Amino acid sequence: MSALLTATCAVPAAGAVLTAALPAGSSESRRRATKAVALTVSAATLALAGLVAAQFKTGGPRYQLTEQHAWIRSFGISFSLGVDGIGAVLLLLTAVLVPLVMLASWHDPTPGTGDSVTGAPAPEGQTFESKRRTQAFFALILAVEAMVIVSFLATDVFLFYVFFEAMLIPLYFLIGGFGDRAGGPESDRQRSYAAVKFLLYNLLGGLVMLAAVIGLYVVAQGQGFGTFDLQTLTGAIADGKLVINTNAERALFLGFFFAFAVKAPLWPLHTWLPNAMGEATAGTAVLITAVVDKVGTFAMLRFCLGLFPDASRFFAPAILVLSVIGIVYGALLAVGQKDIKRLVAYASISHFGFIILGIFAMTSQGQSGATLYMVNHGISTALLMLVAGFLISRRGSRLIADFGGVQKVAPVLAGTFLVGGLATLSLPGLAPFVSEFLVLVGTFTRYPALGIVATLGIVLAALYVLVLYQRTMTGPVKPQVAGMADLKARELLVAVPLIALTLVFGVYPKPLTDLVNPAVADTLSQVHKTDPAPAHPVAVPAGGETK
Amino acid sequence: MSDVHSLWMAAAGGGTASIPAPQIEYGQLSPMLIVFGAAVLGILAEAFLPRRLRWGTQVTLALAGLAAAFVAVLVLANDGYGTTKSGLIAMGSVALDGPALFLQGVILLAGVLAVLLYAERRLDPRVDGVPLDAFTAQGAAAPGGEQEKQAAKAGFASTEVYPLTLFAIGGMLLFPAANDLLTMFVALEVFSLPLYLLCALARRRRLLSQEAAVKYFLLGSFASAFFLFGSALLYGYAGSFRLPDIHDVIAGTAPATPALASSTQNDVLLLVGLAMVAVGLFFKVGAVPFHSWTPDVYQGAPTPVTGFMAAATKVAAFGALLRLFYVAFPGLRWDWRPVMWAVAILTMVVGAILAVTQQDVKRLLAYSSIAHAGFILTGVIASNRQGVGAVLFYLLAYTFVTLGAFAVVTLVRDSKGEATHLSSWAGLGRRSPLLAAVFALFLLSFAGIPLTAGFTGKFAVFQAAAAGGATPLVIIGVLSSAVAAFFYIRVIVLMFFSDPQPNGPAVAIPSAFTSTAISLGVIATVGLGVLPQYFLDLASKAAMFSGH
Repeated sequence: MSALLTATCAVPAAGAVLTAALPAGSSESRRRATKAVALTVSAATLALAGLVAAQFKTGGPRYQLTEQHAWIRSFGISFSLGVDGIGAVLLLLTAVLVPLVMLASWHDPTPGTGDSVTGAPAPEGQTFESKRRTQAFFALILAVEAMVIVSFLATDVFLFYVFFEAMLIPLYFLIGGFGDRAGGPESDRQRSYAAVKFLLYNLLGGLVMLAAVIGLYVVAQGQGFGTFDLQTLTGAIADGKLVINTNAERALFLGFFFAFAVKAPLWPLHTWLPNAMGEATAGTAVLITAVVDKVGTFAMLRFCLGLFPDASRFFAPAILVLSVIGIVYGALLAVGQKDIKRLVAYASISHFGFIILGIFAMTSQGQSGATLYMVNHGISTALLMLVAGFLISRRGSRLIADFGGVQKVAPVLAGTFLVGGLATLSLPGLAPFVSEFLVLVGTFTRYPALGIVATLGIVLAALYVLVLYQRTMTGPVKPQVAGMADLKARELLVAVPLIALTLVFGVYPKPLTDLVNPAVADTLSQVHKTDPAPAHPVAVPAGGETK
Repeated sequence: MSDVHSLWMAAAGGGTASIPAPQIEYGQLSPMLIVFGAAVLGILAEAFLPRRLRWGTQVTLALAGLAAAFVAVLVLANDGYGTTKSGLIAMGSVALDGPALFLQGVILLAGVLAVLLYAERRLDPRVDGVPLDAFTAQGAAAPGGEQEKQAAKAGFASTEVYPLTLFAIGGMLLFPAANDLLTMFVALEVFSLPLYLLCALARRRRLLSQEAAVKYFLLGSFASAFFLFGSALLYGYAGSFRLPDIHDVIAGTAPATPALASSTQNDVLLLVGLAMVAVGLFFKVGAVPFHSWTPDVYQGAPTPVTGFMAAATKVAAFGALLRLFYVAFPGLRWDWRPVMWAVAILTMVVGAILAVTQQDVKRLLAYSSIAHAGFILTGVIASNRQGVGAVLFYLLAYTFVTLGAFAVVTLVRDSKGEATHLSSWAGLGRRSPLLAAVFALFLLSFAGIPLTAGFTGKFAVFQAAAAGGATPLVIIGVLSSAVAAFFYIRVIVLMFFSDPQPNGPAVAIPSAFTSTAISLGVIATVGLGVLPQYFLDLASKAAMFSGH
């Protein structure tokens, strides 16, 4: 039993404590030291995540590198970790994005210095700002990273629940405590509202899930399975040793699914996301949409399908309809947005619709595509949002109408923004195309009508991305944009790896699909679903189909 | 005539005229005896020691007495009382079993924390060189009168609060251990009367404090009367005050006293009696609809006393409620189960919803304590052994979080004393990040966020309730938790994301007493949240009542 997975969780957690404890002070050198420590910790986490992926054997059992330590024996709770292919790719995504988010947010928490680029003075009312802002910001990011990683690796339902719920607290402080300072007191109120809305939506989801977690334990305990261990439970359910009656299973499924659908977010539970992403810093917004929300879709695959196979099949049509509504609705609202960050938020809602569509289409292409989609959406949204953040910090405004002609003054910025946009609209050759294609293929084979409606989302995506680019980057140079600086070295360091990943996975997604496919096949076998007999071979071999 | 005669005969032991001398197991009663002994010594110290020595003596005596009693509890537990052996002592009127010992330990810990808060004298600046604590200089002086000024000038201090608290703790130790209704009633009065007095002794806003005490006294007396009348009716039903005997008569395994043959087995007596006894206990735990005293009393009482009442009274009263329903009326027959459900649901929902509108920190914590009483009641209703263990654990966790939260409230002050209005807490997180973070931790624990003590407790009781077939209660509990989370988070928003008022309150620098209390609260909140196994084991091993 190796302790690699524990180390992967413990390093960012310890780093968060260390960063928070570093000496306070407003001097630049103190702040720089804090950021260096946090960045080093996140790099170490990335190294560990790489090690996990390297040690993961694609032909081996589903859960590898497993660890189990007794935690709360009274309730059959253990600290058990294990990584499967889906968890591995999401772990890598998290570990890659967090250092980049930190680099992109380098100057965001600086107290009292005003805008990091234009050097505008700090607005009134900031004199009370704590001297520990920098420490707090980076410690909170590391705390979120640690909790997200535990969620991806947990093979104990309760352990997952605890961290799924606990990660709300650092996120809440990240949203509410740090944001762009463009709007003065009004923006403070908006931000506080966004933070509370985020917390209450997710807390309600989490509490409903708590009732379901308790219900699952009571049902399982009644049949001699007084444990939260995921493999034991799914094994017993698959073997028919643990029988949950139909109504109870459906109720429990809905309890779990509600929490994940709020987090993911699925239409109509999505309304917290545009507020949160609009008011938070660009870095926090990326953390939310690219990393944390993935826990929701990931958990649908791992917990909803694994624990409640019959209920999953029963509710799948309804969920598919909701996700298709989400695809079209999110895209339509994105077209109408005036605020760049909210536009990206609605685009994300549309994309989460695709992910959930892929999961509940219950075909191997659909689920592989959905998992790839989680990774690719993370990369492309991070690119688009972080570059948008650079753009916004230069101008001090989030409104599309305040920009124009940026590509003439800052061509590199405009270019990276375009790549992010094209990735978001799933241009062939870029990573998201592969996953979107797989999801649609997987949906068509079983639900052709839904597949056709979902395709509308792609058309609308082209519209909102290209209109956004056209309005902000092309046309005559607006006076306030005239002196805009192009991307600096630090900002390029953020954008280049993301562009590289988009290109690589766009052309050669095999490393990811190889990791993901066995786990997807196992999930499908848990829900007793086989693919409809394909008329033609599909682009990516779907791994072991179950008979 | 013959009826009366046989009653006498029965009382005298079935005809033989010998009355045995009571057998008292002093060693096994030692936790209570130590606390009462320390209280008596405190009264003597109050009478004979010069003023300047009293404060130090009283604090030392109280802490030493509580510590000694806690050691006595540990020794008894180590001897196996409560886990492997249990029994009835003091002629069968006191039970020495797991729940009793566990709750006595919790009450003693709550007492230690409360005495630490009482002893704090550094929050207000000294007046004429005299350090001030939370209590009035002279309780008997009219508020704002000449006598009060003289008393303050002379440097008087109400050091009698220490022996009063010790008496209250003594009564609370007896309450969850009482094995018959009369002993339970005596314990109820012994701990209630000192509390009424303590509520009236605030240094600031004395009229509010005295009003709180009068309200508490009047309503508390009603509740006591209900309890006593209910006990009488139950005696009429069963012919005995002892809980196990009542159980036997209900179960039909023991014949009632012949003298009462006409009234026994009369279900009206049983049901009305049980309802009245339950009303008395519901009043003490603050369950809806017997909760209306809670906000006023919590707000008016000196904050250290509020913390003590909120924690220790609830522990003692839930202990008695558990014993009543598990020893005398196990299984919760369908007759009273719907009523218990209704009370639990009302308590959770009303507590959570009314808390949303509160503008005062102490009233907010009062409504929050009502909601928590509802959560604990779901564990009581579970009516299985898991439920007892879960309630014991919940009470342990709740004690530390509550006392910690009230300790923080004592520190936020402006020129008029404690600044309890919520608006003055705005921006506290920017001025005193550490204190605001500690308070946020306690609030998150109240809200039941994972990795805090509150979550473990809530999980335990809900899990027991679901296993006991009370799934609807769990769902309502979860939904009221969501409502409750809203107002806890509102306070956090206020502290961290609002701008401070220009002349808002300052945070007083406490002495080692309050710091210790708050630190213990934080350690317990995190410890019981992250590594609860040892205490869950302890609670579950202790969850066995001695029946006969």
